Amino acid sequence: MKAARDLLPPLVFGAAVLLIWEGVVRLAGVPSVILPAPSAIGERFVHSIPTLSADFLQTIRGVLAGYLIGNATGLLVAILIDRSPFLQRGLLPLGNLVSALPIIGVAPIMVMWFGFDWPSKAAVVVVMTFFPMLVNAAAGLRSAGSMERDLMRTYGAGYGQTLRKLRLPSALPFVFNALKINTTLSLIGAIVAEFFGTPTVGMGFRISTEVGHLSIDMVWATIVVAAVTGSLFYAIVALVERRATFWHASYRAK
Amino acid sequence: MATKLNTIEIDDVSLTFPTSDGPVQALSGVSLDIVKGEFVSFIGPSGCGKTTLLRAIADLEAPTSGAIRVNGMSPQEARLKRAYGYVFQAPALYPWRTVASNIALPLEIMGVGKAERRNRVERGLELVNLKGFGAKFPWQLSGGMQQRASIARALSFDPELLLMDEPFGALDEIVRDMLNQQLLQLWDKTGKTVLFVTHSIPEAVFLYTRIVVMSPRPGRIHEVIDCRFPRNRTLDIRETPEFLDVAHRVRLGLRAGHSYDV
Repeated sequence: MKAARDLLPPLVFGAAVLLIWEGVVRLAGVPSVILPAPSAIGERFVHSIPTLSADFLQTIRGVLAGYLIGNATGLLVAILIDRSPFLQRGLLPLGNLVSALPIIGVAPIMVMWFGFDWPSKAAVVVVMTFFPMLVNAAAGLRSAGSMERDLMRTYGAGYGQTLRKLRLPSALPFVFNALKINTTLSLIGAIVAEFFGTPTVGMGFRISTEVGHLSIDMVWATIVVAAVTGSLFYAIVALVERRATFWHASYRAK
Repeated sequence: MATKLNTIEIDDVSLTFPTSDGPVQALSGVSLDIVKGEFVSFIGPSGCGKTTLLRAIADLEAPTSGAIRVNGMSPQEARLKRAYGYVFQAPALYPWRTVASNIALPLEIMGVGKAERRNRVERGLELVNLKGFGAKFPWQLSGGMQQRASIARALSFDPELLLMDEPFGALDEIVRDMLNQQLLQLWDKTGKTVLFVTHSIPEAVFLYTRIVVMSPRPGRIHEVIDCRFPRNRTLDIRETPEFLDVAHRVRLGLRAGHSYDV
């Protein structure tokens, strides 16, 4: 009941936007190359479901593989640099540098290294997601209070126990921040990477070729798939976050 | 052996902190012996080193000179042998753990088995009157209940020594009175040695076998006052002339130790 009430306003606003859009396009006679009407996009969407789903499956593979590897290595390196100041001085600036690399430069290189198929897209996503996770997780590991750390010391707890029982749990809200940021980053990364070489399937490939054919309604249909995928990806991670960090001040049930 | 068993021996301990404004001497030539089963209150204005002394005993700070022995061991050995439970100014309960699993935390670290853990947590909750609250999360409890849970946590592994650093400082007076009384009963029941840091005169006088009055800059012991009250005292003693007399002596001691910089 409450969920329905929360969903109603965005649905009403979304429907209103679509209606106005449709009306303006029809009344003003906007050419479909500039802006197709929502109804035209919808029609194209329905007729292209096999193509769109093949594109989706191709791209999501790179997204998920890159997301998992990028976040996992980011977290792992954060734990390593937290342990060793030497690694921190060496690796943190390097990670910073990697994150500053322009994706349109990285993508073609990755295609040369890892081939046309999804592994090269995953590699681009790894490059994009690694640093946000590294920085956030490193900050999270430092976030445990001095009193909480002293407490572990009074129990004679070792490094591993303090990490498992105190520092990783208190880093969790930071880690989830990075996981959320990285959902959209990874989707953008994979789609843009497909502009630079791919087997003839994938959301980025579809957008770049259909723009060339001036079938803008197909571009829009792909954008719809990407937008829904990105939102759902984010929502799933946010849901897991609520479950995992229910104790955090921002979620506490009264 | 005719000699009394000293739980803690502090011999001419000094401790200097390096700060950006140059070194600060937190403790200067502190010597004190504490006998098993005592309840020693440390009182003094902020900056007198009472917390630092407690932390040095707990091996959370290292003295610059002098020696501390805890149960005949160095503070580090004593810490690694889990000789003491430490209660901080704040409860410092982990918010992702239930109250029961917070109390079980030291037991988990020490490798106590699951069934035994559950037993001890039950006993601990009972000891601090939190029976039935084990499944709650710390943030669902009041401040006083949280601090009681942290005392249960410090006692869960049954250390002989309890180090308490202004544990009730953040609580209102009504709750504090109640907890003082409960703490005294707990001390009487368990026979533990308690070191209690406070800046409240009534609290120090109510809870003690000895009061150590400290003075600041540099932190040192100004006076040690012995107790004449029975172990199982109640809050009523605070109306007696003896109580007021001791409180007066503490106040004088604090003032004398403080006078030169007023």
